[in-house]
Amino acid sequence: MYRESRRWRIGAHIILMFMTLLALLPFILLIIASFTDDQVAVINGYRYLPEKWSLSAYKYIANEAETIFRAYGITIFITIVGTAVNLFLTSLLAYMLAQDELPGAKMFNFLVIFTMLFNGGLVPTYLIYASTFKIRDTIFALIVPNLLMNAFNIILVKNYFRFSLPKELFESSRLDGASEFQILKHIVLPLSKPIMATIGLMTSIAYWNDWQNGLYYLNDTKLYSVQNILNAINTSVQFLATNSVSGANITDIPTTTVRMAIAVVGILPIIIAYPFFQQYFVKGITLGAVKG
Amino acid sequence: MELVGKSNKKRKKIKHWIPFYIMGLPGMIYLLINNYLPMVGLQVAFKKWDYQKGMWFSDWIGLKNFEFLFKSQAFRITRNTLLYNLTFIIVGAILGISVAILVNEIQSKQFKKIYQTIILLPFLMSMVIVAYLTYAYLSPQTGYINNILEAIGLNRISWYSEKKYWPFILVFVQQWKTIGFGMVIYLSSIVGISKDYYEAAELDGATKWQQIRTITLPLLKPTIITLLILQVGQIFRSDFGLFYQVPMDQGSLYAVTDTIDTFVYRGLMKTNNIGMSAAAGFYQSVVCFITVVIFNGVIRKVNKENAMF
Repeated sequence: MYRESRRWRIGAHIILMFMTLLALLPFILLIIASFTDDQVAVINGYRYLPEKWSLSAYKYIANEAETIFRAYGITIFITIVGTAVNLFLTSLLAYMLAQDELPGAKMFNFLVIFTMLFNGGLVPTYLIYASTFKIRDTIFALIVPNLLMNAFNIILVKNYFRFSLPKELFESSRLDGASEFQILKHIVLPLSKPIMATIGLMTSIAYWNDWQNGLYYLNDTKLYSVQNILNAINTSVQFLATNSVSGANITDIPTTTVRMAIAVVGILPIIIAYPFFQQYFVKGITLGAVKG
Repeated sequence: MELVGKSNKKRKKIKHWIPFYIMGLPGMIYLLINNYLPMVGLQVAFKKWDYQKGMWFSDWIGLKNFEFLFKSQAFRITRNTLLYNLTFIIVGAILGISVAILVNEIQSKQFKKIYQTIILLPFLMSMVIVAYLTYAYLSPQTGYINNILEAIGLNRISWYSEKKYWPFILVFVQQWKTIGFGMVIYLSSIVGISKDYYEAAELDGATKWQQIRTITLPLLKPTIITLLILQVGQIFRSDFGLFYQVPMDQGSLYAVTDTIDTFVYRGLMKTNNIGMSAAAGFYQSVVCFITVVIFNGVIRKVNKENAMF
């Protein structure tokens, strides 16, 4: 018996080490590719052990630092503002919905849940934001559509307010003459830190990683976030590579290593921060899985 | 007197609720703009789109857009969306459960954490990044795989123009990205299973394999069923990022990479076929709604706690 469980454990270690390697190898190739000499990369392709290492891709990026810094500025700005507004809207609406006796509570709950069942989809959403609200090429395009609030989080927070907080606390504060805004701010939210932190983290990741809003609503490259820049580089090199299949030579493109270096610059901060928020990320996933 | 008292009380009540309505207002306005206006806007599927007139004032044309849609790609995009999602759901469940069981076998806390953290890492990345990583391997000229093929004397493959490989590539990439998600969810249920069961089984001389079959899997069943039903409810929605970014929007691959979502996007942004695109979107919204409602009904029967409504 003991030997069997030992065998199992060793087997589990071997398989999981293989899985972790599988998860990591693409990132390692990306990083090594970014430190490869461009000429060597063009001739030999991306390799785990390049013939010649070089910092030239990063030197190129350093010359283009302004673009990268601007894109980072935009990513950070939309992540902070988007997450803050998201938490603000979500907690206020959830607090209203958490009042069982509120006249119309059932209807409001239904209106929230219905958005999870039925959805207009991209075409009318795009037309409304682009032509009715003229959101194209403004910073709002990266913040407002789809990411600013979602029904699922509202229900999560509402249930937390309803079931995880002591009811007597509200009653006594109300008797003391506190306004509902004061109760929410000074009593409910401080007690709801765990759920707000989890939702805040998941929202931040959604903003940080978002490239779709930029794809739909931005022509102005000055407003591009990091993800939009990465997407644009991918699209244009893709265009050249596609043509090269029918004759043109990809060796004329100096971006073989630069594109990889920009991708590394794009993911580095989140990879460095990941171990610190990993446990909240896991919690966010398990919370989301119960429903939705 | 009594009447006056009652209406006073009622007025007080309404006054009492006003702050709550004010608090809920901004969120409800957002839902109105972001969710309800687009629902009304679905009418554009029944209109002849005209830039001058915009979406509210374009002329009605009945089902014309749908006729075009069903004469062209409706079958292809529906088939791709359904088959890929079905494969993702089945393979994802098998891999997710397997990895979760393996991680649970690990005694050392450090190793457990390292495995979990790294296997979950790809799930944190955006699809743009995933497209870069895929490109590093599949680029026809500089990709790692073609280097290997050449090194062992095989012909290079022009990955981004040969569609026969893409069903496998897309399933592999999707699983690579999401396996950590499945692992986390199944692991969170496995951890909740009482150790007593396993100890009792061990005393009875059950092998590990028997323990998994008779304890772990049966106790995981509610989680597995819930997740499967939730995913099947969304089976008409495809992951736009996966199907748009990873194959790099190559026309020669559309036969096996085009899904409802990429088709809608292209009609709207690239080929300016807004009528057909709107029709495809309408078709997706309606079919999605029906499947979500049906499968939510199924969930209610199986496990009421997990139903959305």
